[in-house]
Amino acid sequence: MDGFCYRYDGTFAGFLCCARDIYQYKEPANLFLPQDDPRPSLYGERWVETDEDLARRVYRRLTRRLGQGGMDLVTQGFLTCLDHRERRLLAVIDLGLRTGPGVERRLGDEQVLQVSKAVRNLQREADHLFGFVRFADCGGVLVGSVAPKNQVLPLLRVHFCDRLANERFALYDRTHCQLLLHQPGPENGGKGRWVILEARDFTVPPPGAEERAYQDLWRRFYDTLAIPDRYNPRCRQSHMPKRFWGDMTEFQHPASGGEGSAGRGPTGPGGLARREPPSP
Amino acid sequence: MGLELMEKLTILADAAKYDVACTSSGVNRRHRAGKVGSAVSYGCCHTFTADGRCVSLLKVLLSNACAYDCAYCVNRRSNDVPRASFTPRELCELTMNFYRRNYIEGLFLSSAVLGSPDRTMELMIQTLRLLREEYRFNGYIHAKAIPGADPALVHAMGLLADRMSVNIELPSERSLNLLCPEKGRRPILGNMAQIRDGIAENRRDLALYRHTPRFAPAGQSTQMIVGATPESDLHILRLTQGLYRRYGLKRVFFSAYLPVVSGPNLPVPQTFQPPLLREHRLYQADWLLRFYHFDAEELLDEASPNFDPLLDPKCCWALSHPEFFPVEVDRADLETLLRVPGVGPTSARRILMARRYGALDFSQLKKLGVVLKRAQYFLLCGGKRPPGLKVKWESLGPRLAALEAGERRVPMDQLSLFAGEGA
Repeated sequence: MDGFCYRYDGTFAGFLCCARDIYQYKEPANLFLPQDDPRPSLYGERWVETDEDLARRVYRRLTRRLGQGGMDLVTQGFLTCLDHRERRLLAVIDLGLRTGPGVERRLGDEQVLQVSKAVRNLQREADHLFGFVRFADCGGVLVGSVAPKNQVLPLLRVHFCDRLANERFALYDRTHCQLLLHQPGPENGGKGRWVILEARDFTVPPPGAEERAYQDLWRRFYDTLAIPDRYNPRCRQSHMPKRFWGDMTEFQHPASGGEGSAGRGPTGPGGLARREPPSP
Repeated sequence: MGLELMEKLTILADAAKYDVACTSSGVNRRHRAGKVGSAVSYGCCHTFTADGRCVSLLKVLLSNACAYDCAYCVNRRSNDVPRASFTPRELCELTMNFYRRNYIEGLFLSSAVLGSPDRTMELMIQTLRLLREEYRFNGYIHAKAIPGADPALVHAMGLLADRMSVNIELPSERSLNLLCPEKGRRPILGNMAQIRDGIAENRRDLALYRHTPRFAPAGQSTQMIVGATPESDLHILRLTQGLYRRYGLKRVFFSAYLPVVSGPNLPVPQTFQPPLLREHRLYQADWLLRFYHFDAEELLDEASPNFDPLLDPKCCWALSHPEFFPVEVDRADLETLLRVPGVGPTSARRILMARRYGALDFSQLKKLGVVLKRAQYFLLCGGKRPPGLKVKWESLGPRLAALEAGERRVPMDQLSLFAGEGA
């Protein structure tokens, strides 16, 4: 067996260091595992330490060879939840090194096609979350939590650091245990400072009185907006998949009976008095 | 805040929910120092209601205490509903607090006519000015101009809002006179023309002076009610086309009439079904006008002035133009490809790009992401039909109708061996 199992720290810089080793020592990779993964593998093991400086040089060099478009495909491809993404990305890099810039347009190649599809999926998930993320004001800091399939935090970071430039906020990715923190300031052209950290067991604190009031207002607004005569749950669900609902304020009805005491008709979870659509 | 604000929000959101437009598209604005928020040109949906409509803006009325008595409207003077009005500051607080929690993309402000159109506009402008200037709001604002308001007020509102809209309400002047006698066709179109000219003038000024304040940078839109009055689809589509071409509108919205109130000139509510399918067909045709280079007269004519309930407008057009098909994938230009049912602007452009590298066959089309469910009946690849597909042109209609029925989950009649006998 001539392939190896590469163990690295799971960061993009670490992956670039692996790529460099694979080419340097001509030791192809069969498998990539995180360093703390206890599973043994049947392949010979290679332990790669991340060297930020080396990674930066590899990145620059690859950008020259693959073009910016090709390198963007690799960078974003690394954020997707595609299985065996490292091996597929290596195949893309390999093809790019042989054929030059424009590799991202070679959709005839199976690996390029798969990675492009995964990247499109990543971007769609990020587009969804631009709208579906909900923040709660916890003592002046906005806190939100999401559970995406892909590592969308770097994409969300660009959007929210622009939009909420003058707010302190924290956004937690429960799937990948990453936390984005932002603080306003004169840095980055007035957009403030940000950082993405590893964090375990982060929870959103319970809302205070004012926060609860705004959440109630929003829930009421959402429930009021639906038109019973047009009830169409399938349409809603195809626009807004159910996996996002758990984190959205309008679907989190407080268990107590104290919710909205203004005596409106019974509304089910999901905002509309349940009634059958008019039969044709 | 307390209960009072909750009550107001309920009443005024409930009164605004029949307004169709809730888009936040058409303007790109990055963060600016000292201001709050941004806008993105492709728009952003923050949630979807139980009827599947996108919510991107805080859509409320400033007030629902209306002086007018439009027959179809919940807020008409003679309807017995609770009335409420926001104060400008309440509405600004609400908008800012929803915005920073990422509930909304901005504000959609409309209002019932409080006393006179001018007075209503003044109150709306006061609110928007407070939001933009004191609260430094940099997000999206859609404002509804009240027909018949003074041009100076419309201009002032356009400088504060991103998108303006004036509702044309009903498809013809006769219906308008019948159902809302206080609103005239002339003031509505007058306001629209003024906004159009304001946008054009602003564009010229911007070319000369970079810091000219922008007037309605996301354009204007309108909406009309379908099904309350007897106009044909052809009439509505012609009107829509005219609005796009003569008034440069970004969007025309259609709203299937819902019998929320009853009146002598309206359909009887007990037996009335909202024409949701008709609304859907009109939107399909609207897309064909805007993105597929179709003309209203191509889709419908005096002989058949209404859409087929079983088939979408593009398939209908294709079936009545057998001389146009099949289309050769390797040679057809963009315009021709766009006429093929099942091929949209994205697929058409992908085909144009991919065929530069070599001839395409059906399996490659599939890989490109072209959906062949409908298109396969109308395309040729290298002079060949898809392998194994044998369908006569005459039997295409029922086949496409069955496809559509499957997508909409319409119950089908059971197939009969002796078709036509029962009829």
